[in-house]
Order: sequence, then C-alpha cells, then structure tokens
Amino acid sequence: MNTLLKNAIWILVAILGAAAVGGIAINRGESINSLWFVVAALCVYSLAYRFYAAWIAATVLTVDATRATPAERLENGHDFAPTNRWIVFGHHFAAIAGPGPLVGPTLAAQFGYLPGTLWILIGSVLGGCVQDMSILFFSTRRNGRSIGQMARDELGPLGGTAALIGTFAIMIILIAVLSLIVVNAMKHSPWATFTVSATIPIAMFIGIYMRYLRPGQVMEASAIGVALLLLSVVAGGWVDHNEMLRGWFDHDGLTLAWGIMLYGLAAATLPVWLLLAPRDYLSTYMKLGTITLLAVAIVILQPSVKMPAVTQFIDGTGPIFGGKLFPFVFITIACGAISGFHALIASGTTPKLLANERDIRMIGYGGMALESMVAIMAMVAATVLDPGVFFAINSPAGIVGKEAIDAVTKISGWGFPVTVEQMRLLAEQMGETTLFARTGGAPSLAVGMASIFGSAFGNSLLALWYHFAIMFEAIFILTTLDAGTRVGRFMLQDMLGNIWPKMAETSWLPSMLLSSCLVVAGWGYFLYIGVIDPNGGVNILWPLFGMANQMLAAIALCVGTGILVKSDKIRYVGVTALPLLWLIIVTTTAAWQKLTSRDLRIGFMAAAEDLQAKLASGALPTEKATVAPQLIFNLHLDALLTLFFIGILWLIVFDMLRVCVRYLNGHPVLPLTETPHSSSRLVEDWVRD
Amino acid sequence: MLAKLTTLWQGLRQLSGDDAYERYLHHYAQHHADSGEAPLTKAAFFKQWQDKKWQGINRCC
Repeated sequence: MNTLLKNAIWILVAILGAAAVGGIAINRGESINSLWFVVAALCVYSLAYRFYAAWIAATVLTVDATRATPAERLENGHDFAPTNRWIVFGHHFAAIAGPGPLVGPTLAAQFGYLPGTLWILIGSVLGGCVQDMSILFFSTRRNGRSIGQMARDELGPLGGTAALIGTFAIMIILIAVLSLIVVNAMKHSPWATFTVSATIPIAMFIGIYMRYLRPGQVMEASAIGVALLLLSVVAGGWVDHNEMLRGWFDHDGLTLAWGIMLYGLAAATLPVWLLLAPRDYLSTYMKLGTITLLAVAIVILQPSVKMPAVTQFIDGTGPIFGGKLFPFVFITIACGAISGFHALIASGTTPKLLANERDIRMIGYGGMALESMVAIMAMVAATVLDPGVFFAINSPAGIVGKEAIDAVTKISGWGFPVTVEQMRLLAEQMGETTLFARTGGAPSLAVGMASIFGSAFGNSLLALWYHFAIMFEAIFILTTLDAGTRVGRFMLQDMLGNIWPKMAETSWLPSMLLSSCLVVAGWGYFLYIGVIDPNGGVNILWPLFGMANQMLAAIALCVGTGILVKSDKIRYVGVTALPLLWLIIVTTTAAWQKLTSRDLRIGFMAAAEDLQAKLASGALPTEKATVAPQLIFNLHLDALLTLFFIGILWLIVFDMLRVCVRYLNGHPVLPLTETPHSSSRLVEDWVRD
Repeated sequence: MLAKLTTLWQGLRQLSGDDAYERYLHHYAQHHADSGEAPLTKAAFFKQWQDKKWQGINRCC
C-alpha cells in the first residue's frame, strides 16, 4: 500500500511536470504565468533527484554508506570534520552560488524565455548536477584532493597542467566581466555608487569587530553588518537628493573602472580578516536572504512573463550579443546549467566535511539543482519586464544608438514597443537618471526584481528595491572579485615559484605585490577595454567567460570519464561522457564561429579587419578613431584566447582518450588513486545506539 | 517544538562558524588533552580558523 501510494505520488509529479514544461513550450499567448516555470523546475529537479541521481549514486558511483570518509579518518578539528549534511549543504551551496546564474539567463532572454529555460532544466539535471556529484564523490574517495591533482594523478601531468592554467584563465575573464557589470550598474548613478562604495568600510568595520572587539561572534557581527548594508541603501537615496554629495559619486565608466582595479589590488594584499572574510559573510547572508525573498515573492505574486517564448534573434542578430541560438544560448547560460567552476568547490572544502558518502547525492546533485533554480528565477525576473523595456536597458548604445529617441525607434521596429516617456518614468521610479544601455544584465535584473518586490511588498519603495537589488548583486560580485584576485595571486606565485623559488613564498612582500599587480592588470585590461568599447564589452567578454567555464567543466568531466573507464565501469561511461560530448560540440562550435565568422558581431577577426579598414579610410568619427587601435589589438587578443581555450580543451580530451584506450587494450596506465576501504565507526556507533 | 528550535539555532551557529571554538575545545579534549599544551584562546583560535578558511578557492561564479 505504502509503495503504491509513493508510486502514485511520483506519477503525479511526472504528469504535473510534463504539463508545466509542455505548457511553457507551446504557449504562444501574450503572456504566461511565471508559476508554471517554478512548477516545471521543481518537478524536473525532484524527478531527476529521486530517480537519475539515485541510480547514479547506487549503480554508477556505488556510494558506500559503511565506508569511512576523509572527514572521519583524517579529522583534525579544522578542515577535516564530519559535519551534519544540512550544514555541509549550506556551506556547499553558499560556495557555488555566485552571480553567474543571475547574469547568464538575463542575457540569454534575448532569444525568448523558452530556449534558456529548457537548457537550464536539461543541462542541470543531465550535466551540471552530475558533474558536481561525481567530482564530489571522486574527491571524497581521494582524501579531498583538488580537481587539478586528480587530473594529474589519474590522467597524467598534461591534464593537471591544463586544469591549472584553465582555472587561472577563467578567473581572469570572470573577474573582468563581473567588474564590468558592476561598473555599468554604477555609471552616472550616485545612489548605486554610494551604496556599493559603502559596503567597503562596512565590511572593514565588521572585520575589526570579529577580530578584535568580539572575536569569533560571527552571527552577531554579520547581523550588524546586514543592518548597516540596508542603511547604506537608504542613505544612497539621501546622497542622490543632495546636490553637493551627488557630484562626489557621479562618475563615468572609466573612473569607476580605475577605482575597482585599485580596490582589487587592495583586496588581494590586505589581510583576509579585514576585508575579504567579513565581506564574504555579508554577501552570503544577503544572497541567501534575497534569493529566498525572490522565491517567496514569485510564488505569492505569480507575475506574468511578457517576453515571447522565442524571439526573432535566434537567427544571430540579437542586440545583446551576436550569435545564433546554437551554440550561443548554451555558452551564455553557463553556470545555471553546468559550471566547471563548481568542480573546484566539489573537490575542495566540501569533501573534507562529509560525514557519510550517502550525503553526496544531496549535496552534489541537490546543491546544483538549487543553483539551477536560482537561474530559473533570474529568467523569470528578466522576462516579466516588457520586452521593449528589457531590450532598451540591455542593448548597448553602439547597436541601438546613443539618443533615447533612436533607441526606442529601433527597438519598437523589432516589434517590441517602448517609448521614451515610458523609459523616463521607469528611470524616475527607480531613482536613476537613465536606464538606457545599462548592459550586463544587473540593472535589468534589478528592475525586474524591484517590480516583483514592489508589487508584492509595496510599490512606493521601487527606488529602494532597485538599489537594494543592485547592492545585492554588487556585493557578491565584489566578493568574487576579492576572492578571485587573491586566489589568482596565490596561483601565480605558485607558478612563478617554478622559475624562481623565492616567488613562491606567499607572504614575501615583493612577490605579493608583483603577483597581485599582474593579476589585477590581467583582468583590469579586459575591464578597461570593455568600458571604452562602444558596443558595451559584455557582448565580447561574456561569451569568452562562457567558453572558459564550459572548458573547465569539460576538464572535470574528462577526469570523471577517465576514472569510470579505469574502474571498469565503461557500461555507465555515458553518464559523464555524453554531457562531455555535448560540451565539446558546443564549445568547439562557438570557438570556431568566434574565430572564423564573417559576421562582424560574432567573428573576432572579421570585426578587427572591418575596424582596421574603417580606420584606414578615415570613416570613423574622432572619438571612435582614438580607441580603434586598442579595440583592434583586443580583438586579436580575444581570438588568441579563444584558440588557447579550445586548444586546452582538445588536449585534455585526447589525453583522456589516450588513457582510456590504453587501459582498454590492457596497456599500463596510471593506477587508480582511490584510498583503500576502511569501515566507518560513525555508522557502527549509530547502529549500536 | 523547543527542541526543534534549539536544533535549528545550533545549525545556524554551526553554519556561520559561531560555535567553531566550542567544537575545537571538544576536539581538543578528546584528542590532545594529554599533550601537555594548553588549548588556544578564543581570539587566537579564531585568527587561525579564519586564516585557514581563506586559503584556496572557496567562492564561485
């Protein structure tokens, strides 16, 4: 009877899920209730978790609940500590959830809501969740070793080096694009600039509080910090209304870019406790709180999604970024469906906390499913806007024109009506002077969130909600920037240490300064180019980031596939090999188009040649002609970088295939590095009690 | 009900790291009590804990 009931429930979930997904897919009406998105996502995730993830855990990975985990065997009271699975889930989710799943779907909404939504659902349950879970499992069986070490141990030195360089490269691009998004949100917005700047002294105060005033009182300090952050949002409004103060915080993009670079340099060299650690606490609380709030607001309010299911821009002419639906929707969604970066977390802190292998499904698979849910909510927040408004905010001036009237004429001409008056009113409501050409996704997400929050909790506070949303995004973008620059610095010091051992001493001041400056210069360069680029920069940087992230995911899946083959599980190799194959196809196609396409908005080389020709013939206006040489150089550099990413990808794929073929033919390969079985005493204790 | 709230509160404390020092003392009493060295003070432990936590990659995109 009990089983019958359970089966009946799962059948109902399946029917409901199919109806919701089908409803989203075939709807061609004016609008669609966003609750369908939530229902479809919840059904898909729970079915996949209940059946696919359970099958992978039991049959493919053969999770063993009686086996002692590294946390138990190597317990040291610090990083190795068996921890309750809900706590581990919290840590893991806080670590993997970043700004990526918020930005990607917002940009991909230019294709309409359907392609992005489908890829978020399918990509996560078949790709992203599987990657996270299997890497977490393999790392747990190897004393919590990192993905780079596993690549070296299981495939060979080539794989290890590729993983290391890949991680470093993705970090640089990631920080560049994220800081560009923050700059675009703060450009000539005194309110946003004040609020975002205020987060720095607030974090420092909390750092001092936690270190010296009340050591170790993390929650108390964080609560004070969150209160101060909320105050800074309100205070930003006062600044905005004060003529004199306004001027201090009203800057153009380039000034803000230099400011962010200086900040990154400070963050990488200052002690962690002063800036990085407290900022991270604050951003974690803000992130979890705001995402919960957004979920509640969407469920209560059920706003209508006004974007069409599919727009005409699937042909590659989209204003936000150029390129056809295939492969660019997959590259753009990135982290919301599958993120190679997660492999670094799943093979870092998390495996050292697991009390039991049984928890791997919930933490690895479940954690990514929740992350993907965040991406669905971002998609909803982007598509509840009037499509005309959405495109007016997100289209760069280089595409739709600098003047408001040109922009609205062009966008309305695409069939997405919008007026200057509508945009002016919206900007006024949000407490901004203009919302045109605020590329990067953050401002349109903030407008979407503000309108959802506004109608759920009171419309009079729209400007507050908008700047709250901007602050929320900025604070964890800046956390990624801090942490990334610092990690990049350590990695660079490590690499330079191979040439000159003294450089590897992480606290040696000259090495610290030199490597920090190099890392900041690395992403600062791309940020600078992004700011001076009249087409907005995001359209170049985000695809590069997407390709880099998918490349890292491919490296992780290569490691997983190699281990499966070497463990004589070739029957199940499709679990990691099929998502890998798909990533290879998508990334290679995107890279190929980026290199060879004659479409100026896609091909780097074509754009460079075009600019060169225009510069030579004097067809460019003076302001464009002065930056053109830099843009041309940058386009060549981007092409080189794309070639580099794809080269690394193919290198590691061939390395993995080499290992697999050798193994299958009975030739010697590197042995599996799994630690031997030892029985868990935690489980025995449990049974005895 | 009260027991559930207490568990929730404990979970929150553990998640945020509020009880890290208590857990350290517990671990110390079980494993290092006979080493002759006194356990770290709360401030010293917290310094070490924080510095350790921030080595390597622990935040994502």
